[in-house]
Amino acid sequence: MTTDARRTVPPASSLRGGAGRGRAAAPSGPDDLDPTRPTGSDSPRSDKRRRGDGFWPWLFVAPLVLGVVVFYLWPIVQTAWISLTETGPFGGSTFSGIVNYLTLFADPQLYLSLVNTIIYTLIVLLGVPISVYLASLLNLPGLRFASLYRVLFFLPYVAMPTAVAMVWRIIFNGDYGMLNYLLSLVGIQGPYWISTPGFSIVAVAIVGLWSSLGFSLIVLSAGLKNIPPELYEAADLDGASRWRQFRSITVPLLSPTIFFVTIVTVISSFQLFDLLYAILGSSNPVLPRSMSLVYFFYREGFVNNDKGFAAAIAMVIFLIIGLVTVLQFRFQRKWVKGD
Amino acid sequence: MNSSFPPPARRRAARRLVAGAAFAVGLALVASGCAGSGSGAGTGSSGEYAAPAKDLSADITYGVWDQQQVAAIDENIAAFNEIYPNIKVTVNVTPYAEYWTKLQTQASSGTLPDVFWMNGPNIGLYASNDQIQPITGEVEAGDIDPANYPKSLVDLYTIDDVQYGVPKDFDTIGIWANKALFEKAGVALPTGDWTWDEFQQAASAISTALKADGEYGAAGGMDGQTTYYDTIFQAGGQVIDDGKSGYATPETEAGLQFWTDLIADGASPSIQQLTDTTADQWFVSGKLAMYWGGSWFRSALTDPALAADVTVLPLPIGEKQATVIHGVSNVVSAKSKNMQAAQALQVFLASKDAQQQQGDAGSIIPAFTGTQSAFTDSMPDADLQVFLDAVDYSVPLPVSNNTAVWNAFETDLLPQAFSGERPVDEVATELSDQMDAALAKE
Repeated sequence: MTTDARRTVPPASSLRGGAGRGRAAAPSGPDDLDPTRPTGSDSPRSDKRRRGDGFWPWLFVAPLVLGVVVFYLWPIVQTAWISLTETGPFGGSTFSGIVNYLTLFADPQLYLSLVNTIIYTLIVLLGVPISVYLASLLNLPGLRFASLYRVLFFLPYVAMPTAVAMVWRIIFNGDYGMLNYLLSLVGIQGPYWISTPGFSIVAVAIVGLWSSLGFSLIVLSAGLKNIPPELYEAADLDGASRWRQFRSITVPLLSPTIFFVTIVTVISSFQLFDLLYAILGSSNPVLPRSMSLVYFFYREGFVNNDKGFAAAIAMVIFLIIGLVTVLQFRFQRKWVKGD
Repeated sequence: MNSSFPPPARRRAARRLVAGAAFAVGLALVASGCAGSGSGAGTGSSGEYAAPAKDLSADITYGVWDQQQVAAIDENIAAFNEIYPNIKVTVNVTPYAEYWTKLQTQASSGTLPDVFWMNGPNIGLYASNDQIQPITGEVEAGDIDPANYPKSLVDLYTIDDVQYGVPKDFDTIGIWANKALFEKAGVALPTGDWTWDEFQQAASAISTALKADGEYGAAGGMDGQTTYYDTIFQAGGQVIDDGKSGYATPETEAGLQFWTDLIADGASPSIQQLTDTTADQWFVSGKLAMYWGGSWFRSALTDPALAADVTVLPLPIGEKQATVIHGVSNVVSAKSKNMQAAQALQVFLASKDAQQQQGDAGSIIPAFTGTQSAFTDSMPDADLQVFLDAVDYSVPLPVSNNTAVWNAFETDLLPQAFSGERPVDEVATELSDQMDAALAKE
C-alpha cells in the first residue's frame, strides 16, 4: 500500500516501539518525558518501566480484546458447535455430527441462494468503477458545490435500509412505479420488478449499488487527496488528456484504496439481507428464487426454527467470505500498485 | 502481535490473563445458556390456582404486538390495578414482523414476558415445548369459564386436551365491498347469501366495466386466512387433516381453482400485480370493489369518504358456507417468576369487564360472548354483523406444531397454481408431499 500505508505504519510501529525490537534499549524520547525519573540511576528504572509495558498495554486494550472475544470469537465457536447439533426450538441440543452439512449440500436452495448472492455482488461491484470516476470528478480543482454533491451522494448510505427499501418498492411498482413510467416514455414495457424471478434480485442489486456509492465515494475521495498534484501538472505539461491522466495517474495511485473499497463491498454484499427482506417482503412468491445466502440462513433459523441447520449455513457463509477475501488479497498483487 | 512483547514470562502472564478472562466470560455464557435451555418443568407446574391476595406486590411484563390496541390495554391495566394496586404491569409492544423472532429468542434464553399475546400458528410450538403455563388451574378454580368464548377458538388453544390460552378477541372473514364501484359498474349489490357463481359473475362484470380505469371487481392474494383457506373449506376440503396435508384432494383443489379462475378471467389483478400492490391497498385506494378481509380491517378504513361507501357482504357459499376464525389469546410464561401475579392478570384480561373495555375501544371484536355489540355499533351502516354471524359456520385457522414451515411452502408453490403457470392438481400434489414431509418431522 502506498499512500495509506505510509500514513498508518509509523504510528503503529511506535505503539509497539516502547517494548519492541531493540527500540526500547536506546535511551531516547519517551524516557526523557518521565518527570519522576531520578537523574543518574539509569538502567534499572528503565528496565522496570519496560517490564511494566508488558502489562499496561494489555490492560488498556483489554476492553477491546474482551469485546472481540465475547462478541466475535466466542459466537464463531458457538455457531460452529451448534452447526454440529440437532437443536430444539428453544435450545436443548443433541450432537449430530455433520448431518446438517450433508443436508445443506444436498439442498438446491443453497446453490440458488449462492448464485443470487453472486449476481448481487457482481452488480454492486459495478459501483466501484462508477464511484472511482465520480470521485475523480468531484475532486477536480475549482468544482463548485463539491461538498454539496458529496453530501447528496453520501445521504443514501446513512439512510435506514428499510426506509430506502420502502421508497424503492414504490419506484419499482409494476403498475404505478416511476421506473416503469420512465421506461414507457422511451417505449419500453417494464417488468414487475420485484415479483418476477430473475428481475427481483437485479432490482435489489440496483438499490444496493445506489446506496453503496456514497461510502465508496468518501473513501476514494480521501485516497485522491493523497495523490500529489504535481503529477497532474507534469502530465498537463506533457499534453496528456484528462482521460489519459485518469488512466495513468489516478487509477494506479488510487489502486490501494480501490482495493480496500472492493474488499469491503464484496464482504457487505455477501451479507445481503435487510434490503432484500424489506424490498421483496416476507410473503413474496418469488422469494425462494431470489433468496440470498443470509436470507436463507434467516429463514431456516428464525422462520423454520432449525437452529442447527441455520448455523451450518452461517458457517458456510463465513467460509465463503473468508475464501473470497483471501483470494482477493492474493489477486491484489497483480493489480494494486505500490507496497 | 505476541512478538512485540519480548520477555517471555510477561507474555505468558498476559496471555494467561486474557485467556482467563475469556474463559470466565465463556463460562458465564455457557452457564446462562444452560439456564435458558433447561427443562420447562420449573415453577408452578403444579397447575393449581387460587386468586392471589389483593396486596400481592410484583413487577410483571405484558408482551403485545399491536400499537393501536395499547390505549385499550392501558385502560384494562388501570382497572386491574384497582383490584391489585401493587402489581405493576409494563406493556412491551413489538411490531408483528419482529414479534415472533423476538419471542423465539426470549423463550430460548428463559426471558419470556410474564404474560403475552399468542396466535394460532405458534401456540403448538410453544405449548408442546413447555413454554406456556396451562390454564387448567384457573378453569378448575372457576375463575375462567371456557364456555364464555367461541368454541372454535377454545379448541385452537387446546393442545393435547390441555387448554393454554384465554381468547382475547376474534376475527372472521367477510367481503369488504365498495358500493360506489358497484354503482359505477352498474352491478347490483347482492342481498343475503350468494353462491360462488354469483360472486364470480359480479367480480367479472365489474372488472370488465371498469377496465379502462384500472379498477377491479375482486382480488386474490397470498394470505391463506383471508383467501384460499376460506374457499378450501367452502369446497369441503381440508388444509391439514389428522396430522397430514389435505392439499391433494379434489375438494381442496376446487378451493384453489376458485382463485385460478378468478385471475384467469381477468376479474382479479394478477399475482404479480398483487405482490406489488396488495389487495387491501387496492381497496383503500378505491380501485377494488370487493376485498376478502378480516374484521380487523375495520381499523384500516381511516378515510371517511371511502368508509361512507363501504359495506360488508358474507363470503359466497360453495359446497357449504364457511369462514376461517382466528383470535389472539393471552398466555402466561411457564417460567414466570411472578406466576401468581401473571395468572391474576390473565384471569382479569379474560373477564367480561376487561373485554367490554376492549370492545368499546372499537378496533377488535372481543371474544367474551355478549361484549361484541360495541364493534358493530362502530360502523352502523356497514353491516359489521356479518362478522359476528360468521362465527356459527366458522372453521379454526389450520395450524400444527410448526406451522411456519409449511406456510412457507404454500407461499412458494401456490402462486404457480394461481397464475396458471402449472395445473392446480400438480402444484397441490407437490405441496402435499412437501407438507407431509415437514409434518412427519414435528
